[in-house]
Amino acid sequence: MTLRDHAIRYGFIVLLVGLIAYFAVAADGFVSPQSAVFIFQSVAITGVLALGVTATLVVGGFDLSIGSVATSAMMAASYAMVVLEQNAIVAVIACLVIGVVVGLINGWLIVYMRVPDLLATLGMMFLLLGLQRIPTEGRSIATGMTMPDGSVANGKFSEAFLALGRHRIDFFIPSLIPVSVVVLVVLAVLIWFFLEYTRFGRMMYAVGSNERAAELAGAPVKAYKIWAYVISGVFASIGGILLAARLGRGDIASGNNLLLDAVAAALIGYAVLGAAKPNAFGTAVGAVFVGVLLQGLTMMNAPYYTQDFVKGAVLVVALVFTFALSGRGKR
Amino acid sequence: MGADAVFRVEGLRKSFGQNEVLGGISLDLFAGEVTVLMGANGAGKSTLVKIVSGVYERGAGTMRLAGQAFDPSTPAEAIRAGVVTVHQNINDGVVADLDVATNLTLDRLSGKGASLLFKPANVRAEAWAVADRMGLAIDLRARVADLSLADRQMVAIARAMAHQPKVLILDEPTSSLSSAEADRLFSLIDRLRGQGVAILYISHRMSDIRRLADRIVSMRDGIISGTFDRKPLDYEGAVNAMLGRKIHLDRVVARNSARVVFTAESLQLAQGAKPISMTLGAGEVVAVTGLVGVGKTALAETLFGVRRPLAGTMHMDGRPYAPGSAREAIAAGVFLVAKDRAMSGIVGGFNIERNISLPFLKRMSGFGVMKKRVERAAARRQIDEFGIVCRSEKDELSALSGGNQQKVMVARWMSQASRLFILDEPFQGVDISARRDIAAKLRASADGRATLLFVTEIDEALETADRILVMSEQTIVGEHRNDDIDLDRLLAEVAGGPLHSAA
Repeated sequence: MTLRDHAIRYGFIVLLVGLIAYFAVAADGFVSPQSAVFIFQSVAITGVLALGVTATLVVGGFDLSIGSVATSAMMAASYAMVVLEQNAIVAVIACLVIGVVVGLINGWLIVYMRVPDLLATLGMMFLLLGLQRIPTEGRSIATGMTMPDGSVANGKFSEAFLALGRHRIDFFIPSLIPVSVVVLVVLAVLIWFFLEYTRFGRMMYAVGSNERAAELAGAPVKAYKIWAYVISGVFASIGGILLAARLGRGDIASGNNLLLDAVAAALIGYAVLGAAKPNAFGTAVGAVFVGVLLQGLTMMNAPYYTQDFVKGAVLVVALVFTFALSGRGKR
Repeated sequence: MGADAVFRVEGLRKSFGQNEVLGGISLDLFAGEVTVLMGANGAGKSTLVKIVSGVYERGAGTMRLAGQAFDPSTPAEAIRAGVVTVHQNINDGVVADLDVATNLTLDRLSGKGASLLFKPANVRAEAWAVADRMGLAIDLRARVADLSLADRQMVAIARAMAHQPKVLILDEPTSSLSSAEADRLFSLIDRLRGQGVAILYISHRMSDIRRLADRIVSMRDGIISGTFDRKPLDYEGAVNAMLGRKIHLDRVVARNSARVVFTAESLQLAQGAKPISMTLGAGEVVAVTGLVGVGKTALAETLFGVRRPLAGTMHMDGRPYAPGSAREAIAAGVFLVAKDRAMSGIVGGFNIERNISLPFLKRMSGFGVMKKRVERAAARRQIDEFGIVCRSEKDELSALSGGNQQKVMVARWMSQASRLFILDEPFQGVDISARRDIAAKLRASADGRATLLFVTEIDEALETADRILVMSEQTIVGEHRNDDIDLDRLLAEVAGGPLHSAA
């Protein structure tokens, strides 16, 4: 391998290590278990969404509705517990059902109605942003809220549900690792194994690279595409569950940045190890990369309003790595 | 003769890198004549057209238009000088979202002397004049997107004629037209011929050629291999010159098959086409030959379940066979190496190993998890078998030569046993040694399955097959055992001549 090949392959990892080394020196307390956990926690939800959208990128599609699926799931979980007075299990199941149904509809629109992926999921995004406000007539959902008809909601967030967002698991240090980080790691390993080691994942890559060749090799291309959107929807709804559990309320104003952050992580992932294609490991590294950068800058007292600028800059650099340096110019 | 040629090309050469595509073409076009240019894929027709229309620069040679040197460096210059080309893809010639009138006058919207403001009244008047000259009966206010393919084609030609060219080049203009639509195009061409335009008409369709040609020029491997202008035109000679035989030919020893594997009964591919019946036996290699567009790919896709026949039935090993998808065909043991490997075969993001295993992932996995060792062993075995030149099974396909890429495609489908193995144009874009390797492999491994090959070049059929079927007009018109073959009869069948009684 030439130097250039090495640069393409390991450039981004080296950048990540260099960044950590820099912050370790420059920012007090950056290197500590708590700080590491904080970084993971801050990217847990966007990371889960990013892993889901990676599945749609693999089949050559895109899912813009993940952010609104997550907030819809958050509102649904809150509504189920606070207004309908259901328990945590019902709330979680309701969220997952939303994820599956939205994924199926997205897939149906794209595969059978032939709506281009970006447009179909953009439409779905709008639809969900509106839909999630209808049951409460635009109000946020919190314990003891006043309903539109003047009555007071009697339900409350169950302790078991809130634990998903707040409980910390002992790991050498007592109460160190939040449940959301465990969820992120488990899902990352699952989707990574699925995409890299199973025949289904392999075929999804084939569909994304040359749909006709995959079809002539006997793949049910339509089914694979729909499944990709279902995976994306379910992952987004899991992100929504974590969001609701962390906030402890159904806040209609939250989750604005979820879509962009998740997509950025997935696209940064193209550059990791010179893959030049969507991949689960890269997506996870991409999410952590953004987390490290923001945590470090915050600890060095960079103002909060510079965050989006930093994320954007990282994304642009990563895209240059992927497309210009590796010379593959192909998604 | 040649003194009054409107357009003369002499000694035209063109190479791409090492690869010489045109090896000294000389061609005359005469006013008021339709010259048909015939040539198989890769003969260099489109390169020739692109040089004449100013898209490519020529390597060597001269071009003269009406006695003047003709030296276009851009398509616009060629058009201004009076050489207009209507390309195969109709939609390149029209803007779908604009109306007919604007399309007809589109070229005046830009360039020198174009007025800054768009004046609808002027446009309509001008368009009306163009349409009238051409005898075009289309509503000028209709959006082009709403027109039929034939009408769009008419508009594209009319638009080209608005420049009043001396030379008009039509590149396979009927390839997506119905026969009624084609008739309208032909009467338009007759009209232009009457107006003294020199027309170069590129086509594979014998019915078009019989209807239109004043002269036929055949191309083969970058040179003119025959010119036919004595009436009545020698159509079979033209086909022979285009597909003709090379001097050295490896003949095969034709084998017979004892056991029937596949039968088709009264299979109908297209509206109005005669039904096809055929029987393929174990151990034999059968080639189907015929010109481009006679339904070879349609037949291949029908057998592979990608396309449904209009009528008829098929049987595999005596059992009814009616695949609804490629998946079902593969499950029944019918494999297809599809035409055009870049479009329908190669998965660009995958290395050799993954390209070979692609259709057989289920057989190479347990509980959905890939058995990588099994996969790698299969790839290595196939690389050895076919002599694929590569560093390892991890090479990307883009790093391989065309011949090696095609070997990977054939190796993919031969990595597991099949009952009926179909190959559609397996030798396209493949060098001679790779072609020999693949053909030898096919013959050596033919036992136990039926092998069906679709090729345009008759040589390729003669080199590989035990039996040759000839297709014309979406049906099979002849059958030959590949020893002591009556080539004149075979060529007559390819050229769509009067049908002989079945052999």
